[in-house]
Amino acid sequence: MSPYVFFPLAATIIAFALGVVLNRHPIRSALCLAVTLFLLAVVFVFLDAHLVAALQIIVYAGAILVLFLFVIMLLNLEADVPLKRRRNMTLAASTVGVIFAAATLRPLFFGAGELPGIGLEAPVDAAFGSAEAIGHRLFTHFVLPFEITSVLLLVAVLGAVVLAKKRMG
Amino acid sequence: MVPATYFIALSVILFVIGAVGFLVRRNLIVMFMSIELMLNAANLAFVTFARQQLNLDGQVIVFFVMTVAAAEVAVGLAIIIALFRHRETLNADEVRMLRW
Repeated sequence: MSPYVFFPLAATIIAFALGVVLNRHPIRSALCLAVTLFLLAVVFVFLDAHLVAALQIIVYAGAILVLFLFVIMLLNLEADVPLKRRRNMTLAASTVGVIFAAATLRPLFFGAGELPGIGLEAPVDAAFGSAEAIGHRLFTHFVLPFEITSVLLLVAVLGAVVLAKKRMG
Repeated sequence: MVPATYFIALSVILFVIGAVGFLVRRNLIVMFMSIELMLNAANLAFVTFARQQLNLDGQVIVFFVMTVAAAEVAVGLAIIIALFRHRETLNADEVRMLRW
């Protein structure tokens, strides 16, 4: 990926991610989250994860985000408490966040050097990241986690119905 | 060409934004969105390492992360709706029945 594409893209992603956190109205946060997720799908395409990029748009931007917007509009929310009124918490959390980011980024850029592996420039065959390749891996090596996932989804559906329905009697 | 280090750095920054947002905001729905940001940061790291090592397992795990995220959002939003029906608020500071 060329730096002329990567840095504007990364800056936009970070800006909209900040928009999710800093906007006082939940609906604006949700729309910022939508843009962030779409742009992350673009990054996935550049990393040869074509199926994951498609799933990102279908599952995240399509299903999860619509669920968020639906609940926000259903509940008719007011704006959140302004961050200025909670200055101590904001200051403490930001300090911890900056320390964590510095502690993680420093060894990345000034420590061991290159990450292990063959690097992003290495050529890949066209099947890498395709639905066929991932599906093959999923149904052979990861077949047990895949089946457990179905149970997880079933429990989630039942739980959501039980939690959201009105109590009888 | 941009090395994988920069993608991991972007992932770290997104994760920190999500974590700080979770601590700073008091609206339960926005706290949920911050969790989604953190999950997406993890996904980005997985996809980057999958490409870096030419190993598809990273992308398969992203598939599982997305499934867990979908289940979590479905149950979480159901809890939020049930909570709003009882308390008429989504402020995390006002919901403290389980706190001692």
